[in-house]
Amino acid sequence: MLSIDLAGWLPMVSLDAQDRCLIDAYQRGLPICERPYAAMAERLGVSEEEVVERLQRLQSLEVLSRVGPVFDHARAGASLLGAVAVPPEQRDAAAAVINRCPGVNHNYAREHRYNLWFVMTAADEAQLEARLDALEAELGEPLLRLPMLEGFHIDLGFPIPWAELEGA
Amino acid sequence: MSVSTCPSESVSAALDAQDRAIILATQAGLPLVPDPWSAVGEPLGLAGEEVRVRMQRMQESGIIRRIAAVPNHYRLGYLANGMTVWDVDDAEIERLGRAVAALPGVSHCYRRPRHLPDWPYNLFAMLHGRTHAEVEAQADELRELLGSACRDHRILYSSRILKKTGLRLAGRSDRQR
Repeated sequence: MLSIDLAGWLPMVSLDAQDRCLIDAYQRGLPICERPYAAMAERLGVSEEEVVERLQRLQSLEVLSRVGPVFDHARAGASLLGAVAVPPEQRDAAAAVINRCPGVNHNYAREHRYNLWFVMTAADEAQLEARLDALEAELGEPLLRLPMLEGFHIDLGFPIPWAELEGA
Repeated sequence: MSVSTCPSESVSAALDAQDRAIILATQAGLPLVPDPWSAVGEPLGLAGEEVRVRMQRMQESGIIRRIAAVPNHYRLGYLANGMTVWDVDDAEIERLGRAVAALPGVSHCYRRPRHLPDWPYNLFAMLHGRTHAEVEAQADELRELLGSACRDHRILYSSRILKKTGLRLAGRSDRQR
């Protein structure tokens, strides 16, 4: 039995060998057939119902963020990594402004002079520019605009070292 | 390895209204029922088979990277995520970007524009570890790999996640918010 305690702020998660098998086998892709969970069940030697129940549980525990498609933001529309440098005491207020902005789907506070980093998405480049211009005006600070020029990543997830985590 | 250039060129134009409806309906995840495709298609007036074929097509064209059980690495103990940024010789970035992306622990690796003099970094690599020390060890490895082609680098740790959702494909108007 694997138990992971996350800095005390999330309840302990217990994952058994079957949970780990599920994650290892399918974090790179599900079988895209008529009954995907039945195909997974067959491979794992369990029932379809059990696969569905395990996925539901892992999702509700937030061990899986979802079971579904990972979209390439850039290809499904327009997107850009933006950053802004705000005084520390204004950071939370600025973050709230950014989070309210339509199209923002990630926003991280980072330890740097540029202390707020976000991903802005839009249906197309024109809408993206308009949203960034509007946000810049509202924040009253210049945005660092960092579009992706080239992607080198493979992004298939990475193998989870269960044995190592068990000792953590 | 898939290398894509100039992200938002023509591909999004190839999405029709039904593809966009499928994206909106599945971006938070597939229904966990025996036939998820039909469950997605029903409210859209699409047959399950149509949904499945369209999603497969979007995967082939790269709009969908994968359809998977997506782990929340944070929840699994990867508490340290470091956005590492590197000032790399432009003549070398193509070769080195690919090499960096192939290292274990690197989840995303992009070339982005510099904004001089303020922001000299043109290569971004996202590193994940359980501790800052682990992320730093990975960064050392990158530093070594980049060698003399790299003039400077930084690790920007996230101190707080203020918002994180999957893709939210917006309509042409912003009225949904």
